[in-house]
Amino acid sequence: MSDLLKLERVTMEFGGLRAVGDLDFHIAPEEMVGLIGPNGAGKTTVFNIITGVYKPTRGAIRFNGVSLHDKKANRITALGIARTFQNIRLFGSLTVFDNVRTAMNGRLRHGIIHSLTRGPAFRAEEERIRGEVLALLDIFGLKDDADRQATDLPYGDQRRLEIVRALATGPKLLLLDEPAAGMNPTEKVRLMELIHFVQEKFRIAVLLVEHDMRVVMGVCQRIVVLDHGQKIAEGTPQAIQRDPKVIEAYLGEEAHHA
Amino acid sequence: MKKHIAHLALVAGLAASVALYAIAPQLDDYAVNIFVLAGINIILAVSLNLVNGHTGQFSLGHAGFMAAGAYTSSIITLTLAPALASAPAWQAQAAFFSALLAGGLFASFCGFLVGVPSLRLRGDYLAIVTLGFGEIIRVVIQNTNALGGARGLEGIPPYTNLLWTFGIATVAIYVVASLVNSTYGRGFISVRDDEIAAEAMGINTTKYKVAAFVIGAFFAGLAGGLYAHFISYIAPEGFNFLKSVDVVVMVILGGMGSTPGVAAAAVLLTLMNELLRDFEQYRMIVFALLLIILMIVRPQGLLGNFQRRKRKAPQP
Repeated sequence: MSDLLKLERVTMEFGGLRAVGDLDFHIAPEEMVGLIGPNGAGKTTVFNIITGVYKPTRGAIRFNGVSLHDKKANRITALGIARTFQNIRLFGSLTVFDNVRTAMNGRLRHGIIHSLTRGPAFRAEEERIRGEVLALLDIFGLKDDADRQATDLPYGDQRRLEIVRALATGPKLLLLDEPAAGMNPTEKVRLMELIHFVQEKFRIAVLLVEHDMRVVMGVCQRIVVLDHGQKIAEGTPQAIQRDPKVIEAYLGEEAHHA
Repeated sequence: MKKHIAHLALVAGLAASVALYAIAPQLDDYAVNIFVLAGINIILAVSLNLVNGHTGQFSLGHAGFMAAGAYTSSIITLTLAPALASAPAWQAQAAFFSALLAGGLFASFCGFLVGVPSLRLRGDYLAIVTLGFGEIIRVVIQNTNALGGARGLEGIPPYTNLLWTFGIATVAIYVVASLVNSTYGRGFISVRDDEIAAEAMGINTTKYKVAAFVIGAFFAGLAGGLYAHFISYIAPEGFNFLKSVDVVVMVILGGMGSTPGVAAAAVLLTLMNELLRDFEQYRMIVFALLLIILMIVRPQGLLGNFQRRKRKAPQP
């Protein structure tokens, strides 16, 4: 079976601290995978390794058969991995429209010279991008806000815009870093619908890091559980919920906190 | 068509430059003087705005690039001066334009040299490196006898006129404005707003930063060449740290990232400089007060709409 993303014995050490140790896991095309674990388990570190923000100390990552070793973040995005951020990172001074069209930059044919000469080919491409951006915004109900400054949007819409912006890069794999953080129960239900919708409409794989168990269980086909940088369990949501190791590491700890 | 407005504006600006040049004989020397200085300041401010304003890379080395352009073009025209003295006017003007271009290209080469190693630096650190670079250029010139050393270069042919100045200012405005107003150019602003997010959206931030430095330095070099061939005399002291600060002030006053704003601020500061000439020693105090008041009343600058990123409270 061909995997879309494959991590093999990936280890990440910060000085003496081992944030991720010998992690193996894979994602198939169009699969919805959840990555969960208690605070500090290394979930966001895994995201940052996959997207090229960190270089792993050891191990191999392959995407669509291509090694991501030593690839810069923007190259990895061009290969088809897009992400959102735990704390929203929109381009604050740009409009909603510009936030999305900037994400199409990696696929542009024109550059500095064309932006200055503004010939027919340049105008055609700008027009095509404009159409694509508006169509994308329309799908997610943000078309009317196209000219608003991104940071003026309500919180939930900003989260949505981040997903739209990530989709504009044309990904095969979408990484969502705690998309439900700071949302109320109604917004969370809508988010789950949104994730399902995105996966079906764009036929992409999704890797979801999330604290909210209801969201993870409701969205993912398979779940990988991390604790102290190690994979302690992997399986269907039902299997994970019954796994004693997971209950001890994760749900048990939750009970302590409660 | 919206995209044609850019071309129209370019043609209109060039036409206005020609018109200004045509009425120049009716103006007195003092007025021409102010016009040319204002035009040179527009070029400096608009080009620095690409680096500091749009791309968010705080550079304090613009005077250094200006010096690189001024000296390169002056050496060329001074070398050719004996031959050009008897040549027809159009040949002299063509030689001047080539010299200006050579100065701009050398300055942009310097911009590339500073841009590449500075890529890993942000904010204050970048400012210090660019400041150091500007000072290095100045000190090297000061100690090079072939460039006139501390005495400077004199007798530079006064080729600069209103047509050259405003023609190049128009081109500078056109280049920066149309560059930023494209899908490609929005990348500059995304680098300023959030570099990590920009990388994650497939934007090669390295390329954008170097491009901003190279283009910014090119126009600073042209401005330096125009200045040299206007005043006819240049010395290293004229391109010191304070000259860079002058340009930074124009950018901040006009509004980081607003091309009309910084162009207006460049004109305003040129005029103020003249109006306050009688109070020479208090001039800097007035400048400082003006800046302080502006920063309190309108922190985004005269025409700027760049909003400081509102930091959100950490999520639970």
